[in-house]
Amino acid sequence: MTTEATGAGTGTEVIRVEHVAKRFGPVTALRDINLHVDRGEILGLIGDNGAGKSTLIKILTGFHRPDSGRILVEGQATRLRSVAHARSLGIETVYQDLALIDGLPVYLNLHLNKELIHRPLPFLRRREMRRLAREALDSVGIEIPSVTAEVGQLSGGQRQAIAVARSVHSEAKLLLLDEPLAAMGAREGTQILRLLRRLKQRGDLAIILIAHNYSQIVDVCDRVNLLQHGEITFDRRAADTSVAELLELVHAEYRIDA
Amino acid sequence: MAEADADTAAPASAAGRPPRPGPGSARRAGTALLRVLVRRRELSIVLVTVAAVIYFTAAGGNGFNTTNNYHIVMQYFAPWAIIGGAEALLLICGEIDLSAGFVFTFTPFALTSFYDAGATVPMALIGALLVAAGVGLVNGLIRMLFNLPSFIVTLGMGFFLEGMSYIQSRGEPVPPPIGGGLQQVIGGWRWSELIWALAIIVVLQIALSATRYGVYIQAAGGNPLSAAESGIKVGRVKVATFVITSLLAGFTGILDQVRVGSFDPTSGGNTTMFMAVASAVIGGTALLGGSGTVVGAMFGALLLGVINDGFNLIGVNAAAFDVVIGIAVIVAMLLNAYLASLRKKALR
Repeated sequence: MTTEATGAGTGTEVIRVEHVAKRFGPVTALRDINLHVDRGEILGLIGDNGAGKSTLIKILTGFHRPDSGRILVEGQATRLRSVAHARSLGIETVYQDLALIDGLPVYLNLHLNKELIHRPLPFLRRREMRRLAREALDSVGIEIPSVTAEVGQLSGGQRQAIAVARSVHSEAKLLLLDEPLAAMGAREGTQILRLLRRLKQRGDLAIILIAHNYSQIVDVCDRVNLLQHGEITFDRRAADTSVAELLELVHAEYRIDA
Repeated sequence: MAEADADTAAPASAAGRPPRPGPGSARRAGTALLRVLVRRRELSIVLVTVAAVIYFTAAGGNGFNTTNNYHIVMQYFAPWAIIGGAEALLLICGEIDLSAGFVFTFTPFALTSFYDAGATVPMALIGALLVAAGVGLVNGLIRMLFNLPSFIVTLGMGFFLEGMSYIQSRGEPVPPPIGGGLQQVIGGWRWSELIWALAIIVVLQIALSATRYGVYIQAAGGNPLSAAESGIKVGRVKVATFVITSLLAGFTGILDQVRVGSFDPTSGGNTTMFMAVASAVIGGTALLGGSGTVVGAMFGALLLGVINDGFNLIGVNAAAFDVVIGIAVIVAMLLNAYLASLRKKALR
């Protein structure tokens, strides 16, 4: 069933995963994973619960080490030693918990652990950070009432948007989004998808998006990969597939008469 | 902090809700006041303090508004404000130090030990402050390395230091071995303790609201996991705050007992610690971390000092004071929880 849709040349390839496998004791989470994402491309990753999506994401963020296989970051075979190491290579993750501090204003969350300070007295450059935060949000078209609003007072979609903006803000090359739309209404979900599309149009970013809503996947992604039992069993351009086909693929094995 | 809130008034209609039709101007003024109170939690405690001062001025005859009486209020206020300010920082980062009152008790005896061993007074002072800081370091390291609740760690440390104070002093008060200008500066001069308290409060509040450290303790207390995911060294931030609290508690112990003119093993202790924590809580600091202010703790200490002094003045006994404090702490907590929910609603 494997169909290889070719990406652009390797020069624009941000990440390539070759024959990666991962076991947890007796459980084989990933059998043989092969995938790649190019700059300016959004790859949709779908699959049933337990197919290995989260394990794959955790390997790419440097949280888990693969048992075998290799990962190439911009063409260089790289062992991702830790989350910090992966991040230093430009691999940013938007966690499901978003890693935001509710009690702090938007602009401080955007600069969290990267606060700007004066010299020689190390006072916060609040005005500068507010300005940059506003610019960063404007540049990706995120509408927040005020950058001084506390993050805890914002809606789920706005919080998600801020988490995405923060990752991008820090010179990300690869953005990993693990079910960013899971806890979101249709309207807010659409806003996030628009945001992803705008980020894609900037052309310098590769994005891997995990989602359960196939119409959104087909809508926003350039390519779709299906993960089944620890392998990528389907790789096709989004334009060449449909929601119906994806549903059929994922659910075929569970059909009662199968 | 103040400037951070400057333009939060605008975004109320984030969800695109139309503004409600304007009620009467009196009600609008009331709503505006409520909004300010909701946002600046310290302000409500200032109002209560002003009310208490007015009450005791009226009820206490000519006794309350005198310089001598202000000096007595200061004696309550200064130690509670300093240690309360430090406890506010600890509470904001999600921790508490129950040993601070006994660091207050013990540190002067550390000073006399160094002095008796032949150190000069300034050296003995520095040595004692290092001991106090060391206590905070031990508190913080045990808390973080073994992941024990700070409640338990500092409870044990408090008992340890109480015992050490009695052993070191043989249960007897001793005159401070400090004289001259240094004595005047660290507690001897009539208002020196007040100057120190205000200066320390200002420094702590600036650290909280204008430095990266302040952002980190709010992050560490508000959401430790998110803070760690963002690369903030949560453990280091918390240990540093334990050290600051202990250092200031120790310094306050020396300051206060130099003022009294006697290093006393029965000074400080749990009363001082509870008053400091109560000051922070009454001043609007969340016990579960994430938010609070040092200035709020200072006003909390002022309120407690005024009530304590005022009750003495009008002849209400000490037991009634404890009743009032108990009620005040619980009401402050309820108010915090209520205001927090109100705040969420108002700004949604």
